Order: sequence, then structure tokens, then C-alpha cells
Amino acid sequence: MDRRKILLSGLLVGFLGVLLVYFGNPANMGVCVACFIRDIAGGLGLHRAEPVQYIRPEISGFILGAFLTALLTGEFRARGGSSPLVRFFIGMAIMIGALTFLGCPLRMVLRLAAGDLNALVGLVGFVFGIFIGVQFLKKDFSLGRSHRLPAANGFAMPAFALVLLILVVTAPAFIFFSESGPAASRAPVVISLAAGLLIGFAVQRTRLCQVGCFRDLILIKDPHLLYGTAGIFAAALIMNLTFGYFKLGFVDQPVAHTDGLWNFIGLAVVGLGATLLGGCPLRQLVLSGEGDTDAAFTVFGLLAGAAVSHNFGLAASANGVTAAGQIGVLIAAAFLLVVGFAFTKSEITVRQKGGATHEHTD
Amino acid sequence: MSTLTKLDVRGLSCPEPVIRVKKAIEANPGEPLTVLCDSFVAAENIRRLSGSLGYKCETVENDDEFVLTLTKKV
Repeated sequence: MDRRKILLSGLLVGFLGVLLVYFGNPANMGVCVACFIRDIAGGLGLHRAEPVQYIRPEISGFILGAFLTALLTGEFRARGGSSPLVRFFIGMAIMIGALTFLGCPLRMVLRLAAGDLNALVGLVGFVFGIFIGVQFLKKDFSLGRSHRLPAANGFAMPAFALVLLILVVTAPAFIFFSESGPAASRAPVVISLAAGLLIGFAVQRTRLCQVGCFRDLILIKDPHLLYGTAGIFAAALIMNLTFGYFKLGFVDQPVAHTDGLWNFIGLAVVGLGATLLGGCPLRQLVLSGEGDTDAAFTVFGLLAGAAVSHNFGLAASANGVTAAGQIGVLIAAAFLLVVGFAFTKSEITVRQKGGATHEHTD
Repeated sequence: MSTLTKLDVRGLSCPEPVIRVKKAIEANPGEPLTVLCDSFVAAENIRRLSGSLGYKCETVENDDEFVLTLTKKV
């Protein structure tokens, strides 16, 4: 029963992921958490890359869909305190990795389902990154416990999502909307929002997670979450074949480059970072809607990472990865490894005043 | 004589609760285990893990927290 639910949820995400392309979103980018948060960073003027500026309503939909579902099911819990600042920086690192590959793990699956073989290279890197992350988890890596917070904390992120929606509908003069490039391709606001709400609902109920699926398989041989990813792939593949979007190969794929090494490293960074966080970028958005303020810090880290990527010329494009981007993603990888070692408890002893040492716990 | 191991996984991110439960089971195979958790996701994951390891899992919810009791199926 559980497996049927997560499979159905994956099918829904895959179906909507391609349907949004039909309604106007960029090719092979019906849904992409990294690209859409990057567009929002541009829409808010946090970076000035003109082709990627739009306040994507899907992102608000994910948060609000999860928020409403969590409220209705009694799962809404305001919580926080599990290394929020470090999670913010991990979010930045993940975004730098994702913008090297040009997509989050969800877009990786959608690109694969459209025949983009560059995403296959990315997938291998993604699984490699998760494998590294799992080694830290096996040695008791932990960002620490979160604690219950007053409920109002949990409402802050849904309120932010609502503000973004108001901005996209009212389009005040200080907001940037691309006139050409990927962010100029957009489905109507109502359709984008409805799809986002549905996906937020589905992911909240079934815990669908692109990083969890491989992590659980490696760590505890549990294929449960993999059914969700298989569902996304199957539905997107059928939809792409139906609409004629499927094109097998490496070259001339929409919003993608063919630099295999950096596709691998980009998604390895995403895989490692998301494993350290406990979930993929989509899952972080959903958790932030459920009241998890640590996940909200991660989302703002993603937003900051997008601004840094474009302001410092790190983000890749169809032409490939820039020299700055190569350095940036390697720094992101090094940072994540440092976090991995720093928060692996068995590795840490804290020297106290007076010279005594004890094992660090929590 | 069996001893009841107690484990507190409240506030831990995915998949740490599952890892800790798995390690506790491996450390004392066949022994009953009580787990305190505060997240629906962790409770679901622990129930699924206990099933796959041949354990029965009973859940009691009180005050937004879950007490899961795992016992080896006979």
C-alpha cells in the first residue's frame, strides 16, 4: 500500500513536470527546484543575470501545499535548532553544485526521461556524492537535534511563500521578469501554482525524496523511496514521448551542457550536501512548509547560493562551465567534506578548561 | 534474561533515527527496544525498518511524541 502511494506520487510529479513544459515552462524544466529558486533570486534582484529572473509560483506552491497538508493532517510542527547556519551554507554549496550541472536532482530525472544523456553522467555523480555522505552517516554524522519552537516560527516560511505569490501577481516595478532566456518561458501563474500545490501535497504525504531513494538503498537496502523516483521517470518518459519532447543524446539538449566531468562533480556536490542535510532540495522546501525552520534556513541558503553563482560568474550555461564555476564547485565540495568530518561525532573530542577531554555528544 | 534498551531519537534528521535503531538492534539482537521519537516520518521509517528486520512494532502516541516498542517476532 505504502509503495503504491509513493509510486502514484512519483507518477504525479513526473506527469506535472512535463505538463508544465507543455503549458510554457522551459524545455526539460517543467519543475526544477534549483533553477526556479535561481529565477526567484533573479526576480528579487539578488543577481542581475537577465535571462533567469522570474518569481516562479511553483516554489510557493510546494511550500504552501506542504503547509496546508501538514496543518490538515496534524503534522505541522514548528521546530528548529539543528545547526541552522551550517545548513544555510550547505544550501549554498548545493546550489553551486546544481548550477554547475544545471538542475536539481528532480530535473536530473526529468532530463533523463527526455533522453538527455548528460543527466546520466550527472546521476552517476549524484549517487557517488550520496555514497560519500552515507560513509559520514555510518560514522554517526549528525547536525544535532532540532527542538520544538513556538508555532509562529513555523508560519514564517509559508508567509514568505505567500509574499512571493503576491509579488508575482502584482508585479511591482522593483521585481525583475526576464524577457528572453529560460525564465521568459513560463506557464500561466494559476497552472504553475496549482501544480506546485499538488506536488507539495504529494511529497508531504509520501516523503518522496530524490536523495533518500539512493541513500536508503545504500545504507539500509530499503528500496521504498526508489519507487517514487521510478514513478517520476516513467510518467515523464511517457509524457515526453507523447508530446514529442524526447530526444536521445548528449548534444543540443535544452538548457544543458556536455561537459561530463563537471556534470558529475556538480551533482556529486548536490548528492553529498543533500545527504548531510537529510533530504533533497524539493524535500527541504516541503519540510520548510511543515514548520521545519532548519529546512527554511537551507532554502535561504539555496537562494543565496544562486545569487553568488550568478554574481561571481560560477553558474554554467549551455556553453559549459566557466573557470570560476570549476573553482567554485570544488570549493563547495571541499566545504561539504569539512562539514562531514567536523560533525562526525566519533571524530571529535572537545578539550575543556583544565585539560580534561570528553567525547562530544549531540 | 532480556533487558529493555531505550533510545531517544527526538529531533534527529533523516535517516539518523533509523541508523540508531538499526545499530541498537544489531548491538542486542533479539532484545526488545523502546524508541522515543517526535516525528511522523521517523516513526514511519522505524516501523518499516522493524518489519524488514523481523521485529513487531507497537506505537503509542502521546503529547506529539511517539513511543515505539520493538519486539522480535516469534
